[in-house]
Amino acid sequence: MSAPGSGPGPSPRPSPADAPRDAPPARAPVFSLGDLSVHFGGRPALSGVSLDIPRGRIVALIGPSGCGKTTLLRALNRMNELIPGARTTGSVRFDGAELYRPETDPVEVRRRVGMVFQEAALFPGSVFDNVAFGPRASGFRGDLHALAEEVLTAAGMWADLGQDPDVPAASLSAGQRQRVCIARALAVRPQVLLLDEPTSALDATATARIESLVHSLLPRLTVVLATNDLRLAARSSSVTAYVDRGELVEYGPTETLFTNPSDERTESYLTGRVR
Amino acid sequence: MAGEHPMTLSDAPQGVPERPPGAAFRGPETASRSLQERLAGHFFRLCAALAALAAAAVAVTLASETALFFAQVSPVRFFTELAWTPVAEEPRFGVLPLLAATAQITAGAAVVAFPLGLLTAIYLEYYSDPRADGILSAALVVLAAIPTVVYGYVALDFVTPALRNIWPSIEAYNGISACLVVGIMILPTVALLSRSALKAVPPSLVDAGLALGASPGRILVRGILPAASRGIAAALALAVARAAGETMIVTLAAGNQARLTWSPLEGLRTLTAYIAQASMGDAPAGTLEYRALFAVATVLFAFTFAVHALGGWLAGGRARQGSVRQ
Repeated sequence: MSAPGSGPGPSPRPSPADAPRDAPPARAPVFSLGDLSVHFGGRPALSGVSLDIPRGRIVALIGPSGCGKTTLLRALNRMNELIPGARTTGSVRFDGAELYRPETDPVEVRRRVGMVFQEAALFPGSVFDNVAFGPRASGFRGDLHALAEEVLTAAGMWADLGQDPDVPAASLSAGQRQRVCIARALAVRPQVLLLDEPTSALDATATARIESLVHSLLPRLTVVLATNDLRLAARSSSVTAYVDRGELVEYGPTETLFTNPSDERTESYLTGRVR
Repeated sequence: MAGEHPMTLSDAPQGVPERPPGAAFRGPETASRSLQERLAGHFFRLCAALAALAAAAVAVTLASETALFFAQVSPVRFFTELAWTPVAEEPRFGVLPLLAATAQITAGAAVVAFPLGLLTAIYLEYYSDPRADGILSAALVVLAAIPTVVYGYVALDFVTPALRNIWPSIEAYNGISACLVVGIMILPTVALLSRSALKAVPPSLVDAGLALGASPGRILVRGILPAASRGIAAALALAVARAAGETMIVTLAAGNQARLTWSPLEGLRTLTAYIAQASMGDAPAGTLEYRALFAVATVLFAFTFAVHALGGWLAGGRARQGSVRQ
C-alpha cells in the first residue's frame, strides 16, 4: 500500500476490505495503482487512477462503453503499450514490484497476468493446440497433455470435449470457445486473470457457466473483470470499481457500491439515468 | 453441450427469419405494385441476364468449334503429340508444348509473386507505420494499373538485356523474363488480397497470443498465417489465374516459338500467345487451323476457370475456417 494516494481521484483512496479482515494481514494487494494515467496519441483515456486490487478475489470494473475499463485492464499486463501512441504514467505495483520499470520484461508480465478477451478468438487447429500455445511459446518441457487435461477440467471443458482435446476448435459453441480461451490463459499458470467483457456475446446459460468457472478459480487466482453486465458484476465480484470518462469515480465493496453508491455519477449509471 | 445453446450471429434460434439477400423487393405485395415498378423489375432482370447470355455464347462457340476440331484430330493426338505445327506440310497438333509453356511461366510468376506478395502483405498489415503503408499501398495500386503491353515492353527491352549480363547465351525471347515480369504484374493481386485475408484475422487473436507471452514471430507463424491460410491460398489462385491468361507480356517477352523446352533462357509459345498470333487473321474461318485456335482456347479456358473457381471457393470459405471467432 505504498502507492501514493495523491491522484485527483474523486473518492478518498479506497482500501477495499469488503471482506472482513479474516485473511492474514500479510495478504498484500496483488496490484497497487498510484496515479495511473494512460494517454493514446495525447488523448487521455485514463486519468489519475489509484486503487488496490485485493488478492484472491474478483474485482469488477464497470462503467459506460469507452469509459476506460479496458484501458485500465490492459494497463495491468502492459497490453496498452502495443497500441501506437500509448503513454502510461504513474505507478502500477504488481506483487510489490513496479510493472513499468524499463527493465521489466512485458512478456514475463503477461505470463503472470493472463487475459481473456470479449471475442473468443481461437487459433486454428484443435482445442489442444490452443491450450498448448502459451506453454509451447514459453518453452514448456513437461507433459502438455496432462497440463491440457488439468486446465480444460478447471475450465469445465473436459467433459464437454468427451475427454478428447483434439476436437477442432471450430466445432465449439460460443460459450465453449470462451471457456477454452480461459483454459488457454490458465495453461501458462498466471497469478491474475484479466477478463475483458468475457460474456458479452453469450446467452444467460453460457454466462452462468463462465461465472461459476471463474469462481472456482479463487482464491488461487485473482480475477479482474471488466463488464457491461451489471448483474454479473453484482453477483460475482467482491469489490467493484466504477469508471467514467477515464476517472475512477468510486471503488469499494460490491454490495455497498450497488446498494448505496456514494457518488451521484455511480448512482445515475446504476439506475440507467441519462445525465 | 450440457444444455448450452451455441449462439452465433448467423443462426439466431428464434424470431423473424432473416430475409434472403436480394429479396428486398420481391415480396407478395408484387401484385399491388404499379406497372412501372414491375417493368423496372423486368428491365433489371434483362440487364442481369446479359452477362449470363454472354458467358453462354462464349461457351457454346468454344465448344462447337472445338468439337469440329476433334472430329478431325483425335484428342489423344492433341494431348500426346510433342509438336505444335498447325501450318506445316504435315500439320501436327500437340498442345503439350503450349500447355507446358503456360504452366512454366505461370509457375515461375507464382514463385516470384507469392513470397514477395505475402511478405509485403505481412509488412503492411503488421509492421508498417501509416506513412509507409500509404506510400507502399499506392505503389501497389500503380503497379496494378500499368498496362500489360508496357510490362511486355519492359521485359523485352530492359529485363532481357539485364539478364544477358548473367547469362550471355540468353535468347532475345525467353521464359525467365516473362516469369519475372508476369510475377511483378500479379504481385499487387497477391499482396492486396493476402492483406485482406490477414485483416480478416481478428485482432483479439493477436492480443491473445501476446497475452500468452508469445513472440510476434510465433503468433504470426503459428496463429495468424494458419488462420489466414485459406484467404492467402485464394489470393494466390486468383493471381495464378491472371498469370495463366496473360497474353501481351508473354508474347513480347517469351516470343512465339512452339517448342517443348525446360530452359528458361529459350523462347516459348504459350497458349495465349498462340491464340493471339493465330487470331490475327492468317487462319481462314472453317479451316483446321482456325478450329485448332478454339481447341487451344478451350484448354486455356478450362485451366483458368479451374484455378479461378478454386480461388473463389477458398475465398468464400474463409469465414468458415481459420481463426475461430464468434
